Amino acid sequence: MKRLMIGNDAIARGAYEAGVTVATAYPGTPSTEIVSTLAQYPGVYGEWAPNEKVAMEVGAGASIGGARTLVAMKHVGVNVAADPLYTFVYTGVNGGLVIVSADDPGMHSSQNEQDNRGYGRFAKLPVIEPSDSQEALDFTRLAYDISEEFDTPVMLRITTRLAHSQTLVEEGEPKQVELKEYKKDSPKYVMLPGFARGRHVEVEKRLLGLKEYSNKTEINRIEWGDRRLGIITSGVCYQYVREVMPDISVLKLGMVNPLPDKLIREFAQGVERLVIVEELEPVIEEQVKSWGIAVEGKEHFTLLGEYSPEYIAERLGGIAPAHGFGLDKEIPPRPPLMCPGCPHRGVFHTFKRMRLKVMGDIGCYTLGALSPLDGMDACVCMGASIGMAMGMEKAGGVDPSKIVAVIGDSTFVHSGITPLIDIVYNQGTSTVVILDNSTTAMTGHQDHPATGLNIMKEPAPKLDLEALVKAVGINNVRVVDPLQLDELRSALEEELQRREPSVIIARRPCALLVKPPANKKMVIENDLCTGCKLCIRIGCTGIYFIEDEKLAAINPTTCVSCEVCAQVCTFDAIKIVEG
Amino acid sequence: MAGKATNILIVGVGGQGTLLTSRILAQVAVDLGYDVKVSEIHGMAQRGGSVVSQVRYGEKIYSPIISKGDADIILAFEKLEAARWLDYLKPDGMIIINDDRVDPLPVMSGKLKYPEDIDQRIGQMVEKTMVVDASSIAIECGNVRAANVVLVGILAAAIGIPEAEVEKAIHAMVPPKALDINVKAFKQGHTIGANIVS
Repeated sequence: MKRLMIGNDAIARGAYEAGVTVATAYPGTPSTEIVSTLAQYPGVYGEWAPNEKVAMEVGAGASIGGARTLVAMKHVGVNVAADPLYTFVYTGVNGGLVIVSADDPGMHSSQNEQDNRGYGRFAKLPVIEPSDSQEALDFTRLAYDISEEFDTPVMLRITTRLAHSQTLVEEGEPKQVELKEYKKDSPKYVMLPGFARGRHVEVEKRLLGLKEYSNKTEINRIEWGDRRLGIITSGVCYQYVREVMPDISVLKLGMVNPLPDKLIREFAQGVERLVIVEELEPVIEEQVKSWGIAVEGKEHFTLLGEYSPEYIAERLGGIAPAHGFGLDKEIPPRPPLMCPGCPHRGVFHTFKRMRLKVMGDIGCYTLGALSPLDGMDACVCMGASIGMAMGMEKAGGVDPSKIVAVIGDSTFVHSGITPLIDIVYNQGTSTVVILDNSTTAMTGHQDHPATGLNIMKEPAPKLDLEALVKAVGINNVRVVDPLQLDELRSALEEELQRREPSVIIARRPCALLVKPPANKKMVIENDLCTGCKLCIRIGCTGIYFIEDEKLAAINPTTCVSCEVCAQVCTFDAIKIVEG
Repeated sequence: MAGKATNILIVGVGGQGTLLTSRILAQVAVDLGYDVKVSEIHGMAQRGGSVVSQVRYGEKIYSPIISKGDADIILAFEKLEAARWLDYLKPDGMIIINDDRVDPLPVMSGKLKYPEDIDQRIGQMVEKTMVVDASSIAIECGNVRAANVVLVGILAAAIGIPEAEVEKAIHAMVPPKALDINVKAFKQGHTIGANIVS
């Protein structure tokens, strides 16, 4: 029986059916569900790794040890894992290994929209790309056969639209796969120069074999139709093309690296006009052009964001749907914002009040950059806040007693520890605030080494953050409650004045993981409220402003009585009512 | 557009339960033997932002997303979101609006005004407009969070999806402790929808 599955769950099913027994990942939208789902299947060891590099290395070891292995991450996670990945391409596998790269065109939940098909050519590994959940399952199974036949890791590249779309899937029977025997083979697995030179020869040979495979595999297929227009496409764009142009000829690519050169030539010769439809970078187009084939592509299509059926129809002059209604009225935008009761809110409010230069990081708290909190100066990638605070101090133009780095607990464990060591070793004086909400909140509350639970929610050794930062040489470590704004502010003032590095751990569980107190509510005393809007500037949906009456008001359905607004009010107009 | 597909756009504010709604509707379509695709949004946008789920079913469905001007039905959990996504509705499409207002940040802070007459204006433009106070009905049923299922009931009545099929899907997808409230909310919605349609 067919059932609906998001692409990520279909990949997990495909991996289970392919006999995968080791799965490792760091959570990241849109990849997170792959390993959390796969870990639930019988016989699969699943784990949350501290970061993607570790996940890739655990994956490499598991593969060398003989297990079929899956490693999953979001697109930017592959940058973190790139070091082991590039060289693991040289060693090749023992048990098959698939690395899933979940790209995010349109940046629904990411800091950039890099196109990881580019890794295929750069790292010299095969890349396959499904276009719906059934293919996600089937291609995952196939990827393990490719991996073992050609002795290489395989990248399964997906995008948000596939990861989080549900389509019908027919499940298959799980394969019985024996753990491969491990045999010591230093020239294959020890990448010192003398051995690596030999392996590079193998990599190039393997790529020639993969190119032949790409020309023959049924996942690259020509669908002949009206030959006046031929489109080469892959992934979810294939579905968009078929939606608006059901009758034209299509070369659907399931393997996007290496490209099937002979098949593409055959297709090009069979159509009058050849167009490539690919989101983001002209990865296919540039290669096809380099072979001297006349082809159109990015002169019609943008390098930015996600495509859609209507966009493709518009650009290629197909059947564009009639546009619907337009309201001639300004519709206020609705940006995402921190939840009511979020322990991060008061921290960013305090940063802004203290006029600090805030080096930020990746997580829910990146929303602290948005108005009205407006409490962040820079945010680049996972773990960058701490190194950037150090760099800004060393640049010398900003008062070091005004520089702070802010990073979440999961992000700190991911990649905040080494830059903290840099600050200690090179005698920086930065104050680092770790927002410890005891979970990886943004991606849907996954556990990590400092929560005391593993991926199966079983008890696990708990990383002691205070002991860790002390051990790397931070002498000034303190824990504060981020909902107590006075305590937080005085801790910040003291530590920022100190000409030594400090760590402040702002500890309070994510508001979505705790029940709001039943016996407490917030009320506004209208005679005391002056309409100054200070409480509105914390950006909480639990409190709003009645413009006509010039009064603040509590929204009882969203307010969770965290009391931050009451602490912000200078006129004592917001009261806590018990009982 | 390929073949005859039914396109349902479900719009609201992150946290209002659009995901469960799209999953219930999709399951019903599967049980009725259709090809089905659903597109969802996870991650950052869920934190109180504008969210959309898309359900498409028919004989053969390619794209998981709906084009502008191609939605047969918009199910809006909030009025401002109804306005935001109205462009997606077909000229003869139907819009079901929950009479609920959730102020976005620029409105809460007094920077922008919440357009007061959204539902009337939509009603003037779209013949098939239904505005229902699903949140109050859900509160009567025992939990405001069941407003999404009230809307499913109205939709089912409006386009003739068999009641029993929806109840089966609700049984399959709603956790046991919330089941009674949700079934009640669905039935209430269905009765209201049937009244409006007749």
